[in-house]
Amino acid sequence: MNSFLATLPAVPINSYLALSTILFCIGALGVIIRRNIIIMLMCIELMLNSVNLLLTAFSSFRGDPNLHATNANDGQVFVFFIMVVAAAEVAVGLGIIVMIYRNTFSIDIDRLSELKN
Amino acid sequence: MSTLLFYIFSLFTIVSALGVVVSRTPINSILSLIATFFFITCHYILLNAQFLGIVNIIVYAGAIMVLFLFTIMLLNLNKDAEPQHNNLVKIGGVVASGMLMVVLLSAFKHTGNITHNTLAVVHVNQVGLLENLGKTLFTKFLVPFEISSVLFIAAVVGAVVLGKKEIGE
Repeated sequence: MNSFLATLPAVPINSYLALSTILFCIGALGVIIRRNIIIMLMCIELMLNSVNLLLTAFSSFRGDPNLHATNANDGQVFVFFIMVVAAAEVAVGLGIIVMIYRNTFSIDIDRLSELKN
Repeated sequence: MSTLLFYIFSLFTIVSALGVVVSRTPINSILSLIATFFFITCHYILLNAQFLGIVNIIVYAGAIMVLFLFTIMLLNLNKDAEPQHNNLVKIGGVVASGMLMVVLLSAFKHTGNITHNTLAVVHVNQVGLLENLGKTLFTKFLVPFEISSVLFIAAVVGAVVLGKKEIGE
């Protein structure tokens, strides 16, 4: 795998910045214009993934021979921890959604605009 | 060739991410999101972050998306159509996120144009390999790694408590 990738020419990091920005804005768009709570949660996952991609790109671009002398690994370890937090968040969020559905028989976000009843 | 692959994967990623937002039924949204995660994994492999690519497939496309699918199927949502926002909110959302995108892109436009490994030779870029990441994770980040298990216990307990029916019901 290493030798395969070593022969490939470069992609500038600006392309990764642009791609991550576009993905993040698509996720933000979904959070704004949808009313289904599950799809809003999925769009939040999309935004988290765009940030993950950018962190990985920066970490990979900073790779240099003396790994442990620098902090080149840190970006990808951060991505790993973001994935951990995202998994926990999804578990709790879907539990909350199921409870909301059990009480209101709907997953429309506008049903939750009032806190009483 | 790497540039060509990058643009192909980027196109597919953006198209399937748009599919998450615009599709009518929740099942189609979930399938689009799984496709998006697969293409993001392709980007990881292109960046030589092999460990993260595999973890992305296993955790996101495997576990989290199955959780979403089960929730959709449990709630049985395909009977009634989702109520829509009025057009004003939709146009406002498109304008707001579009302006966010324009601002961010124009801010990033003037960053320096660093290409892959200008500092080092490519074949020493082994940041994403399992061995190096494991060493870092279990030496430098050992305490956060252990604390994340506490986070998981809390999340599991919270999900069970939330999902349990109350006694009065």
